[in-house]
Amino acid sequence: MAIAEDNPGGRRRSPPLLRHLRKGAATIGAVLITMLGLLFVTFLIGRVMPVDPVLSVVGERASKEVYDDAFRAMGLDKPVLVQFAYYLRDVLHFDFGTSLLTARPVSEDIARVFPATFELATLGTLFGVVLGVPLGVIAAVRRGSWVDQSARVVALIGYSMPIFWLGLVGLLIFYGILGWVGGPRRLDIFYQDIVEPRTGLLLLDSALQGEWGVFRNAFSHIILPASILGYYSMAYISRMTRSFMLEQLGAEYVITARVKGLPERRVIWRHAFGNIKVQLITVIALSYANLLEGAVLTETIFSWPGIGSYITTALLSADMAAVLGGTIVVGLIFVLLNIFSDLLYKFLDPRAK
Amino acid sequence: MSRTSQDRQTWRQWLLTDTPTSRAHARAVAAYNGWLRLRANHMAMLGLYILLALLLVALLAPWLAPHDPLAQDLANRLQPLGTPGHPLGTDSLGRDILSRMIYGARITLYIVTLVALIAPIVGLLVGTVAGYAGGWTDAILMRVTDIFLAFPRLVLALAFVAALGTGIENAVLAISITAWPPYARIARAETLTFRNSDFIAAIRLQGARPLRIITRHIWPLCLSSLIIRVTLDMAGIILAAAGLGFLGLGAQPPSPEWGAMVAEGRKFILDHWWVSTMPGLAIFTVSLAFNLLGDGMRDVLDPREGKSG
Repeated sequence: MAIAEDNPGGRRRSPPLLRHLRKGAATIGAVLITMLGLLFVTFLIGRVMPVDPVLSVVGERASKEVYDDAFRAMGLDKPVLVQFAYYLRDVLHFDFGTSLLTARPVSEDIARVFPATFELATLGTLFGVVLGVPLGVIAAVRRGSWVDQSARVVALIGYSMPIFWLGLVGLLIFYGILGWVGGPRRLDIFYQDIVEPRTGLLLLDSALQGEWGVFRNAFSHIILPASILGYYSMAYISRMTRSFMLEQLGAEYVITARVKGLPERRVIWRHAFGNIKVQLITVIALSYANLLEGAVLTETIFSWPGIGSYITTALLSADMAAVLGGTIVVGLIFVLLNIFSDLLYKFLDPRAK
Repeated sequence: MSRTSQDRQTWRQWLLTDTPTSRAHARAVAAYNGWLRLRANHMAMLGLYILLALLLVALLAPWLAPHDPLAQDLANRLQPLGTPGHPLGTDSLGRDILSRMIYGARITLYIVTLVALIAPIVGLLVGTVAGYAGGWTDAILMRVTDIFLAFPRLVLALAFVAALGTGIENAVLAISITAWPPYARIARAETLTFRNSDFIAAIRLQGARPLRIITRHIWPLCLSSLIIRVTLDMAGIILAAAGLGFLGLGAQPPSPEWGAMVAEGRKFILDHWWVSTMPGLAIFTVSLAFNLLGDGMRDVLDPREGKSG
């Protein structure tokens, strides 16, 4: 390859290692700016809110002096940019302030509720992948067949159905009428506090401690909300899998493989599917990030004590520190998942280089 | 050009001609051809009919609704489906669910219309300016866009509502704030493809200022992709608005917003399922209609994406 062609400007090309480093630095820089912006937005939201932050700390009957002291102690007399710097310092120390509702540091609260969301979203994504990928592949291979048509309908319904409503109807049918699953919350009261929380993931904790009764009960509680989240994830994953597969199946190497006389199963799963794996992983990472969002509404329906319930409960009682802390954590996870899928794509797929 | 000079031609021939006589005529021909293609898509037409019905219901609400949507009748609370006078039953305060759903159509349309006006216009503004100006302006505007894309939409909307206070207008604002970035991206991408083309250079040589180039020559070219995207996004907007309503952060209680109605019936879901289920069905139907229409319009207006998607 001629260097002059690649470099019309005629500048010398830097060695590969340096180029990689520079690219990496640019990526990290972009990520840092995005995160800084994210924090700035939450900071601004905290500033424009109609609740006086000083009053919520000192109470309404505080004297003028106490109020002024608190005002200065909170740094509110400084310029906005300085305040933002203080805010950054606090956030970098995982100090999101104290929740009005629980009277505990928001970071502790979040650490306590987060595993519940993690467990739910992970199981949901698992359902979505296990059902969505094969469905998408079959729909692509048998394009126009009844499988393809029903996959399309399933996805369309998934895109159109309000998740909170599906949760309610699911609760009504599978819990209220059929009695197949446990109701809201993570456990029946009878099983509460038996398992000592280590990871915070009830299924894992109970299995590790050999409490199979708790495990079964926890599973009967998580299965419905996880299936509902999984349905949305499946709708998205199956559509994407289908369109990736269609693109591959139309390629010439697939024809070559068929002409060579390879069994159809091998052509589909090894040749075509092998080529979409990386794209698929990025889609799964994105759908996982989206489930965090779906979890807010689903958790409300199922009284699931996760980060979504935490944010909405805090919202309704104007507990701003908790709302913003939760927003930052969810936002950061969202950003990280996006970057992760981006990087994965760049590293694993030679076409992206 | 005028109708009188073409008396022997039917409207249809005039609309299908290969040799349009004016710019307006050419536009009409293109629009009619698009309409014919859309009409061939049964699912898209179904979506369109549902939305037209929704519009009619919203317009004629006072005449269609059998009862006052806010009138309470505590003696007849939680009546089941098919009760005489209350075909869809009554809620926990004895209000007629059908009437509330009919009036709720107005709120849904109000929210969707406002968001569909605010978000794409903001996105168009940001995207075209970024794309046309390039350089630092572009870098900064696109970074800001990325930051807003970095939040999960519903969570960001929640935070905004928390800061702004509850209510329909604030919900609209919060949803719009979270909805504009994709439009900015689209508008920027479109702008970049035109920016260096000859016709823009020609206009610039004629002395047109950037403002004129952007508003008169770039905006019209971005419209069709924005319209498709808006139609496809409507379903998401409805779901987001209903979600906020459901959480008690959108329209406030006596108002018959569908999401808030679902939330109201939530307490009785096991014994009186229809209170929540009926408004939920309405949300589902309307958002399905937007999805169907959006898919159809994408096939018509954007042949690149095709039917494979």
